[in-house]
Amino acid sequence: MPMPEWLRIRRGKNAEQRDAALWSKCPKCGEVLYRRDLATNLFVCTKCAHHFRMSAYDRISMLIDGDFTEIGSDVATGDPLGWVDKKTYPVKIAADREKAGINEGVVCGIGAIDGCDVALGVMDFHFRGGTMGTVVGERITMLLEEARKRGIPCVLFTASGGARMEEGMFALMQMAKTTAAVARFMQDGNFFVTVLTDPTTGGVSASFAFESDVIIAEPKAMIGFAGRRVIEQTIRQKLPDQFQTAEFLLEKGHIDMVVERHELKATLTRLLRYAADGKRARA
Amino acid sequence: MNPIVEREKGLLEVARRIDDLRAANANQPVDMSAEIAALEQKYEELQRELFGSLTPYEKIHMARHPERPTALDYISQVESFDELHGDRHFRDDPAVVGGFATLGGRAVMLIGQQRGRDTKENIKRNFGMVTPEGYRKVKRLAHTASRLGLPIVTFIDTKGADPGISSEEHAQSEAIAMCLYEFVQARVPIVATVIGEGGSGGALALGIADHVIMLEHSVYSVASAEGCAAILWSDASKAEEAATRLKLTAADLQRFGIIDEIVPEPLGGAHREPSTVVTRVLESVRRAVQKLSAMTPEALLEERYRKYRRIGAWGTERRETIGTIP
Repeated sequence: MPMPEWLRIRRGKNAEQRDAALWSKCPKCGEVLYRRDLATNLFVCTKCAHHFRMSAYDRISMLIDGDFTEIGSDVATGDPLGWVDKKTYPVKIAADREKAGINEGVVCGIGAIDGCDVALGVMDFHFRGGTMGTVVGERITMLLEEARKRGIPCVLFTASGGARMEEGMFALMQMAKTTAAVARFMQDGNFFVTVLTDPTTGGVSASFAFESDVIIAEPKAMIGFAGRRVIEQTIRQKLPDQFQTAEFLLEKGHIDMVVERHELKATLTRLLRYAADGKRARA
Repeated sequence: MNPIVEREKGLLEVARRIDDLRAANANQPVDMSAEIAALEQKYEELQRELFGSLTPYEKIHMARHPERPTALDYISQVESFDELHGDRHFRDDPAVVGGFATLGGRAVMLIGQQRGRDTKENIKRNFGMVTPEGYRKVKRLAHTASRLGLPIVTFIDTKGADPGISSEEHAQSEAIAMCLYEFVQARVPIVATVIGEGGSGGALALGIADHVIMLEHSVYSVASAEGCAAILWSDASKAEEAATRLKLTAADLQRFGIIDEIVPEPLGGAHREPSTVVTRVLESVRRAVQKLSAMTPEALLEERYRKYRRIGAWGTERRETIGTIP
């Protein structure tokens, strides 16, 4: 799959270093995989079908036809609390930018999936555990406002440890801000899909992740409100392995479908076409 | 062990000595009023020393004080209250209390998180940690209020949403998300008051409001201090450090523009003069409801959207243009 020019620029020098590492080990089955084979297989283990966590730009390139116009990429991280622990917050942010090759925990923009215009937002767990701070909240809000203005569907991929501690209440309030944007977007009859990837928890699962028309999850993704450790400490017993997996949530009726990564683009396209059909009928 | 309760023990000791001396003084020819006055002065000094300026960590314990007024202490002082129960699906969650009420001559929907006032009640009310069933009750009541045009008044007092197995099985995330979704769209004034601890998304589920009040020594944070320490440093014992860094006091949050009003507490905390505090809070709530009731539903919704839209929206010039509301 040839890499579009915008993606090459966006991914930065670190991504090239990552690509240069020839081998990756599957965290699930231990199989050592040739990195290029892994990428060709959409970062799914060729032996055990484990779905690796994907970087935002890899995910976007897997779905988007051609151009992708980013929204809010210049909204920069602030330090509202002046946070310091072992390091200062700005130092942590700088390190994650270097490591993850993106400048914040979500990449948002407008593009097309198999000919269907869409507002797409992709969270990236490699940046501060995908936590939602003000920039993540702001970009997702901007994306929803832009999608509302254009009257196009919005697809959000979630991957998050929850609200970002280092931004305190400013982070918590992003749940309110994004929800307000989701409500306006949906009230206008627009289609909203969320794709829950490993892991989706806390302030993200308890806001826009569970406010959509259709909730998709990737196989075996860990999804819940409270983290596993917190629950185990509270009840003082070990949880079963299946607890809080995508399959568990499907069985309990919390999500609509579990879709393997190879089927994801086709599934999203079909969903977008159903909604587009409805929109034409209403027009 | 609550350090505030520990301090109060020392103070009580001095108070008891004053009482003893007074009793003795009444029956004796020797005048001990000078000793009594000295002790009383000591009592005042001690009280100021112990409670005059509380650290954020101390405020957390003040917010969790077992005798601190709870939601029902406020609800019991309104002119009328008719409690409504249940989520219409599965069960009634006693960790949240809600229903129709009259406040300042006006019908409102009151919703409050209710922790227990003793061990037995705490077990019944799950220490104020709300389950999905409780949040679905909140959502239902908020929806009814919005339809009927009744202002929504909430009291926040929780360490956080219930983190148990059954809460996860019953979709805690969805339940909280749907509360947020209901509150951002409610076509009536919403006034929220943090009366004790406001912990994370479990508190915010009752916290999206046009006017947010905090009691002086209540706290409101993205996660409990213990939770934050566990998340960041895998060490819950660093809670005191987390408490300082999180900026969770009423004064901090007012400075940030996240809350609108602080209701002062007497020296030593709300539980020292509960009826004064309850009256003050209800008066502030009443005033806010009255003021907001002058706005049309459309203006309320627009103003609420802008308010949350602004929080943490910094960055570039370009953001300002794209970020404006169509």
